[in-house]
Amino acid sequence: MTTENTEIIEEHEEKIERKLVIPGEVIVTGDDYLPGDFTRKEGKEVVSNRFGLAEVSGRVVKIIPISGVFEPRRGNTVIGRVEDVTFNGWLIDIGGPYSSFLPLAECPRFINRNDIGEFATIGDVLSAKIWNVKKGGADLTLKSRGLGKLEGGRLIRINPHKVPRVIGKEGSMINLIKDATKTEITVGQNGYIWLKGDSEGEEKAENAINLIVEESTASGLTEKVEKFLGGNK
Amino acid sequence: MTSTFTKRPDKRKFDELRPIKAETGIIPNADGSALFAFGETVAIAAVYGPKPLHPAHMQDPERGIIRCNYNMLPFSVTERAKPGPNRRSKEISMVAGNALASVVDLARFPGTVIDVEILILQANASTRCAGINAAAMALAQAGVVMKEMVSSVSIGKMDDKIVTDVIKEEEDWEEGEGATDIAFSMTSRTKQITHLQLDGIIQTQRFMEAVEAARVACEKIHDYQIRALKGEKIDETKK
Repeated sequence: MTTENTEIIEEHEEKIERKLVIPGEVIVTGDDYLPGDFTRKEGKEVVSNRFGLAEVSGRVVKIIPISGVFEPRRGNTVIGRVEDVTFNGWLIDIGGPYSSFLPLAECPRFINRNDIGEFATIGDVLSAKIWNVKKGGADLTLKSRGLGKLEGGRLIRINPHKVPRVIGKEGSMINLIKDATKTEITVGQNGYIWLKGDSEGEEKAENAINLIVEESTASGLTEKVEKFLGGNK
Repeated sequence: MTSTFTKRPDKRKFDELRPIKAETGIIPNADGSALFAFGETVAIAAVYGPKPLHPAHMQDPERGIIRCNYNMLPFSVTERAKPGPNRRSKEISMVAGNALASVVDLARFPGTVIDVEILILQANASTRCAGINAAAMALAQAGVVMKEMVSSVSIGKMDDKIVTDVIKEEEDWEEGEGATDIAFSMTSRTKQITHLQLDGIIQTQRFMEAVEAARVACEKIHDYQIRALKGEKIDETKK
């Protein structure tokens, strides 16, 4: 039961110039530019609204966040912890600004309506998919391959903006770790990562993930991780 | 009339800041964190959120709120400070929260809270200013959407001299006209004052001089904040 995450990742080698900006900083000046995500236009200046990497692609200027809480989007696979059990579903903490709701109807297997705590109760960990984002929270579903309750193993948390690095291009990085440590790994786009294997493998996988997070901007990251996994055998 | 205040106790120029220390990301667990120090006044700040706000009656359905907590650690002053909130720390928590709230886009996540924790590790006057500077950096680092930065500085009037970044010894100046201490917080781009507290007395035209001194000093501080946010570890105290 392993969830594959197929977000397309922009590689660092691309020839788009990115620079770190802070709120209120002028990114570019000129009439030709249009403000994109997290930027605003004041006269001729395009100004940053957020800490992150500014990118000018064509005429549009936008900021790619590198820190901050997870902002749920439809289609994201997330891992969350059950916060509360209600009569028709579960409240799940996915680490964002709002907790999300998993309705009973979105659970594909049979569950006794009179005792839904039997399937998952407070403190249990689930992987789920976001199918709707609304004001004040997101709705989750388990109706997809590889979703459901996660039992055993360990749960770690990383910065959600580093998730694409941990997964790598088409899952290359995560598969590398999985193969080397013989561990099941599920990565939630909210930055929660669930690992299950023997304790040695889990430990090694966790360290490898922390290495990726720490050195996420370094070049030749795959080689470094390979070396780390190989060297510890 | 000759002035009784001719030289600053620590031999700084009248418009000179103390050696600055600034760093971000000092608390890995927090969404954003920073350290800021004016010489011997050291403040750290941690930001958590936006996250769901409990108790629910505190929620605002139209906007998020900033919950700011300022506290001095027991060992931050020579005589042990009793930990926990007191009248002074509650007031500073409120003004610091308000100084920051005006630049943050709170309407983005209604019904949530952004927790800002400010702790004073060591105090030698201007603690609220150091705290606000650290908190602004921590907020930015936490990826909170904000229009611009906030920088804060204290401006004093010692007898008839306007001085930047007041220390304890100057705060207690009693000769001549005595000491006046004004804490300013100013936004980085539009230069608006988001917080101002005046302790003492000052003439109207001298006050305008103080505002100008604050503007100049805040620009310098903003420069340190930018550098620290871009990953630099600034430490001017060891030389």
